[in-house]
Amino acid sequence: MHKFIANTEQDRQDMLKVIGAPSIESLFFDIPENLRFTGELNLEPGYSEIEMMDKLQQLSCLNKSIDQLVCFRGAGAYDHYIPTTIKHLAGRSEFFTAYTPYQPEISQGTLQVIFEYQSMLCELTGMDASNASMYDGPTAAVEAAIMAATIKRKKKIVVSKGLNPEARSVMKTYFHFRDFEMVEVELENGKTNPETLRAAMCPNCAGVIIQSPNFLGVVEDMHALGAVAKETKSVYIAYVDPISLAVLETPGNYGADIVIGEGQGLGNVINFGGPYLGFLATRSEHVRKIPGRIVGQSEDVDGKRAFVLTLQAREQHIRRFKATSNICSNQGLNVLMGSIYMATMGKEGLKEVAKQCFDKAQYAYDKLIATGKFKPAFEGRSFFKEFALVSDVPFEKIDQYLIDNGFLGGFSLAEDYGIEGGHLFCVTEKRSKAEIDRLCSMLEVM
Amino acid sequence: MMRVYEKLLFEISKEGRKAYSLPATGVPSVELSSAIAPELLRKEDAQLPELCEVDVVRHYTGLSNKNYGVDTGFYPLGSCTMKYNPKINEDAASVPGMSRLHPYQPDSTLQGTLRMMHELSDMLAEIAGMDSVTLQPAAGAHGELLGLFLIKAYHQHNNDFKRTKIIVPDSAHGTNPATAAVAGFDIVEIESEADGSVNVEALKAALSDEVAGFMLTNPSTLGLFEKSIKEIAELVHEAGGLLYYDGANMNAIMGKTRPGDMGFDVMHYNLHKTFSTPHGGGGPGAGPVGVKKFLEPFLPKPVVSLKDGKYFMDYDRPLSIGKIKGFYGNYGILLRAYTYIKTMGREGIKEVSETAVLNANYMMHRLKKDFDLPMDRLCKHEFVLAGVKENGMVVSTLDVAKRLLDYGYHPPTIYFPLIVHEAIMVEPTETESKETLDEFCDAMIKIAHEAIESPELLKDAPHGTPVRRINEAKAARDLILTYKDSLKG
Repeated sequence: MHKFIANTEQDRQDMLKVIGAPSIESLFFDIPENLRFTGELNLEPGYSEIEMMDKLQQLSCLNKSIDQLVCFRGAGAYDHYIPTTIKHLAGRSEFFTAYTPYQPEISQGTLQVIFEYQSMLCELTGMDASNASMYDGPTAAVEAAIMAATIKRKKKIVVSKGLNPEARSVMKTYFHFRDFEMVEVELENGKTNPETLRAAMCPNCAGVIIQSPNFLGVVEDMHALGAVAKETKSVYIAYVDPISLAVLETPGNYGADIVIGEGQGLGNVINFGGPYLGFLATRSEHVRKIPGRIVGQSEDVDGKRAFVLTLQAREQHIRRFKATSNICSNQGLNVLMGSIYMATMGKEGLKEVAKQCFDKAQYAYDKLIATGKFKPAFEGRSFFKEFALVSDVPFEKIDQYLIDNGFLGGFSLAEDYGIEGGHLFCVTEKRSKAEIDRLCSMLEVM
Repeated sequence: MMRVYEKLLFEISKEGRKAYSLPATGVPSVELSSAIAPELLRKEDAQLPELCEVDVVRHYTGLSNKNYGVDTGFYPLGSCTMKYNPKINEDAASVPGMSRLHPYQPDSTLQGTLRMMHELSDMLAEIAGMDSVTLQPAAGAHGELLGLFLIKAYHQHNNDFKRTKIIVPDSAHGTNPATAAVAGFDIVEIESEADGSVNVEALKAALSDEVAGFMLTNPSTLGLFEKSIKEIAELVHEAGGLLYYDGANMNAIMGKTRPGDMGFDVMHYNLHKTFSTPHGGGGPGAGPVGVKKFLEPFLPKPVVSLKDGKYFMDYDRPLSIGKIKGFYGNYGILLRAYTYIKTMGREGIKEVSETAVLNANYMMHRLKKDFDLPMDRLCKHEFVLAGVKENGMVVSTLDVAKRLLDYGYHPPTIYFPLIVHEAIMVEPTETESKETLDEFCDAMIKIAHEAIESPELLKDAPHGTPVRRINEAKAARDLILTYKDSLKG
């Protein structure tokens, strides 16, 4: 018997007797004989616990993690500080071994966590309502685009090229199969020009998606771009970094109708790209168009405050083929981690994280340029925690040199933006002055 | 008696408290407004709570005590496969050298991780009899969507643009028709036989050169094996359509029969069901997609490949449909499923399905005296009851479910599949002991008796939970979606 299977041989015999079946095999006689798999699966024999952990250790030795490489790479996945509370509290199995809270009487823990997450996310974004999360930032962008299309009954979305290339490529896939159209707006010196955006707009446009700080790190003129969206009666969708919202203007105040983004930076392990959480929040007039789960406050028969999944009439298990989204899960565990993060950092902590990112990024920017190996990719642009530099030395050479010396340097901007020798550096609050100095002196002597 | 925790984060907040510690920056402080235009800076602080660490810990511990997980007790939720989530999976997912990885590191620094992903794809393909598996989809529904995209891409590649329809049985999971709609197909819903199996005549009538594919789960949502599957596959293929397998019910058949051998062309796996990764209170899941050889060129980019002993992310895939998710999938979940399959091994995997089916048939036999069993025959990993026998409809299935909460159980899935009146769908999984099954059956039988002798006990249930039945209509009418809303009163 395997250790995750409880029934003993005697149990099996007793149970077969109750069923009136002669053998386990006979329980599969309803499978036509020519379809029965009689061979042995080509898998190894089961590993013991010791063997399994050894195996994982061996595999991990073939990797170089960001504990071995000091991480100056972001581009949509960030090495932010993760408070210890998260591992211990999110590790409570009452949370992580629970199902979707369809039985609210015994799921108040999960439901309240989501309610509080929605509340904190609305605080950050200046929106009125948030869902219980999406798969990740890129798929949240797709869902926001579809939402805009549903609101406006139009099928064209205008997207700044400052939007994360992963998000744009996921949108392209979805759009191809749904006959939606995506128009990309070129950047000028790393930034979206409101006039270029205006020129791209047309009467068929349902919405506009602008990322700020954009993928290249540049803070966009969100008011001016929003004004263009408003003039053209398009849904204004802002794709934002939740950490930056501690210091940058709220999307609510610059007129965004839908706010989306990648929530990994909120206390979630970098995990080679997943699982993360995408967030999606909007104004109250669009609340019934939100995809995915939403938690609302109500009361029980005794009048006691209670939380419950609400507006379920929007969802796939009720609407079936009339649904506008087929999403049924949310990233529950990631939401929990994000919530514990926001609760732990609190009002002051999140500001301090954001300010440290900003200060350290400004410091690293100057220092890296002072090495003589880089020039700014975009002169005179404001940035938050990421910035682009260009070098005459081939990207791969610098990249490998840094890895050999214990650093994960910037992300190459050649493929997505055609900037040969372009590096997108990211500096979070976790990077110390000493690490930045060491990176720079390493580059100086290269 | 333990106190039930009642507070919201915002209600325990106190100005000046903090639960975090950051080092001094060490770099000069730069005025934000010197680098960023003032109108782009935040004017008012986000009103996040201010707590100390003990507050945070007590709060979430208090909330966790109001939750029910598989570790708390039996969770016979039909179609959801709420099996035990082995602890080693969690340790596996937090090995730093396997999890502290940036998604844009060079392949040379990721050989262990890429190898794990490659092996996992191979193992999943082997278990289901498919040729190739992508790990990119983030959930079952996401896998379904990818599967339908692949079907569309295949037909489009053959310049066959008239195939705009997907056939779905009326017994299907709600995601099937929703996914087909989201993938831009027209849906043809066909009626099932009374036993939930495919009505072959109805299928024949629905098939045409406009049909792109047929979505099916086997065993069906009634937990019964689709005996005509070979004939169904032939019919669909003859009509030029492809056959899609919804892997939600895979736990019934591992090592016993394989979707690939049944004639399915494309399928998704639910790692959070069959392969023991935790449900997390609603996610994250993972929904890898398996395909037959002829669909392989269309799989999303990148594909983890092996060349000259080195693993690499292969982006050079001209026919690929592109990406459907950021990066490469829910990697942390993949790592858990990998660990699960490795620790179960070839014998263990088969034993999983054998025991799951044994447990389901055993419970079905124990419960059929007191509950209506519309399909009294061999079931697979789950079975569907149609409410308490002969109670004159005084108590509903909902009442039974709520009463089960008083007995300390998570109730089975209710009112699904839609084709069974007052449905109660029970899936015990393989990890539960005979004693657990017996205790649960005893509770169910006792409830069936209560339903006749003192129905009000069920009508008013639950009695002993942290909150009792909730006014859902009020929640949807007077929307309170944030703490701020709740203050408006």
